[in-house]
Amino acid sequence: MPTTAPTAQALVDVTASDSTLRRFLHGLPGVDAVGLEARAAALGTRSIKTTAKAYAIDLAISMVDLTTLEGADTPGKVRALGAKAVHPDPTDRTAPTTAAVCVYPDMVAVAKEAVAGSGVKVASVATAFPAGRAALDVKLADVREAVAAGADEIDMVIDRGAFLAGGYLKVYDEITAVKEACGTSARLKVIFETGELSTYDNIRRASWLGMLAGADFIKTSTGKVAVNATPANTLLMLEAVRDFRAQTGVQVGVKPAGGIRTTKDAVKFLVLVNETAGADWLDNHWFRFGASSLLNDLLMQRQKLATGRYSGPDYVTVD
Amino acid sequence: MSDRLSVFKTYKLYVGGKFPRSESGRVYEVTDSKGNWLANAPRSSRKDARDAVVAARKAFGGWSGATAYNRGQVLYRVAEMLEGRREQFTREVAEAEGLSKSKAAAVVDATVDRWVWYAGWTDKIAQVTGGANPVAGPFFNLSSPEPTGVVAVLAPRESSFLGLVSVLAPVIATGNTAVVVASERAPLPALSLGEVLATSDVPGGVVNVLSGGTAELAAPLAAHQDVNAIDLAGADEALAKELEISAADNLKRVLRPGPVDWAATPGTERLTAFLETKTVWHPTGSLGASGSSY
Repeated sequence: MPTTAPTAQALVDVTASDSTLRRFLHGLPGVDAVGLEARAAALGTRSIKTTAKAYAIDLAISMVDLTTLEGADTPGKVRALGAKAVHPDPTDRTAPTTAAVCVYPDMVAVAKEAVAGSGVKVASVATAFPAGRAALDVKLADVREAVAAGADEIDMVIDRGAFLAGGYLKVYDEITAVKEACGTSARLKVIFETGELSTYDNIRRASWLGMLAGADFIKTSTGKVAVNATPANTLLMLEAVRDFRAQTGVQVGVKPAGGIRTTKDAVKFLVLVNETAGADWLDNHWFRFGASSLLNDLLMQRQKLATGRYSGPDYVTVD
Repeated sequence: MSDRLSVFKTYKLYVGGKFPRSESGRVYEVTDSKGNWLANAPRSSRKDARDAVVAARKAFGGWSGATAYNRGQVLYRVAEMLEGRREQFTREVAEAEGLSKSKAAAVVDATVDRWVWYAGWTDKIAQVTGGANPVAGPFFNLSSPEPTGVVAVLAPRESSFLGLVSVLAPVIATGNTAVVVASERAPLPALSLGEVLATSDVPGGVVNVLSGGTAELAAPLAAHQDVNAIDLAGADEALAKELEISAADNLKRVLRPGPVDWAATPGTERLTAFLETKTVWHPTGSLGASGSSY
């Protein structure tokens, strides 16, 4: 389902005013919901075995944003998470490191210290995560604090209320302001909370809006609502980043988050990436999993492939 | 007037409280003692075994944490449900083991009685195997038995129902959860037992029943790192040896096969085989020194 949109030159003009932006976003082709879900389901039936499976598991581990976003997070828990990100399987040092750890802004300094020198990045949620209900100044202060503490990546939430009310330019301006606050040191991931956007059309519009505003990554959800990343909405976002690059030459990453718990699920997402966006996105610079329990399942499957014996939860850490 | 069309029963596995077909889609023909076809039973794969272990692990917390009294009530309920299906089990046992109807009925009666016998043990085994230990110091020292965990049970090959219950009931009576590999030659009573368990109050996953090749299923279960013990009752000598070697890898408890008369009243051997003893030292403090008569 290729989406057709104006050329790169025209994209400069679409953000000129609320009405041009609205005309552009509402001019995007409607999503065939049944076709989208059927396509996502069909790609989920691929059988990935043996060496391909081993490759997929290691790739998936290297794409995990190991996440802890609880009110009860302590410095000790964040340090433990950092240690796990650096050495996911302490009994097998050939296991790759995860891509990043993802924490609240006040834990960034602790996380940064825990992963120092390992290449593991520190991502921080910001902008009044997860609701995004705060004044712009508060959100920007939140972002600056995280960046100042050394965050390599900022995961912002959009103002869903404004988006659903049709205030696209407000959302656009907010993303560009946050992007500016990130400066050159931090990559920006924009969370749409797809479970709250109601329709696939809205997800497509939000994807284009985020990319136009300068997102480095578009991310499905916060993991805090009932519906999180699904194969269908991730497929839709992958189509959006593919089409955006075709038109502007700018590559944007995708991060499904929440609800991905098993190796089987993760491999299905990797198939979606390869078949939709292409092999260019099969790298942790361009695709991530926002997850916490997924890593343990990946490690157990990795141990099974290495030893031929089924592993168990006694052989991975309890987070 | 035409004869009524017969309704064939599709025997299915019992895993996690549900009745799935084998993940592999395979079945095999089950015959009676004379070689006549009885039904197709699922031929489980190692992935079915893996799923069963996951279900058993998930159920372990709740089942082992239930009070012994409650477990006894639940197991007695199973016996009640078995009693209501006497005719079905009598037919299945008669066909599977080539017994006359009256002899098969006697086997089913003995099986229900066996189940009741083990149900009674749930809140008594702790008194027999645990207790206060005398120690030379100002401590209370108490030992209590705890369930081992997830137990893989290879059901006896010949005694398809009485033997099955004789190895399964003691495992779950003490709070373990079980993955049962039914007799390869006569799996139908075991698969029907799953239907009884589903309609009793036994939580899903406490008992999981697989049918298929014993050697094919036992190998991954014996090597599985999340299985804590294995009962080799249904393995022949060569297979038992091989399984014991792979079970040693994560120090599983292993109950070796031996000649057993399933009809005889069992002792507590199978109840105690899959128990761990937890001992607690509790200081009595200065009670003795202060001259308290506490």
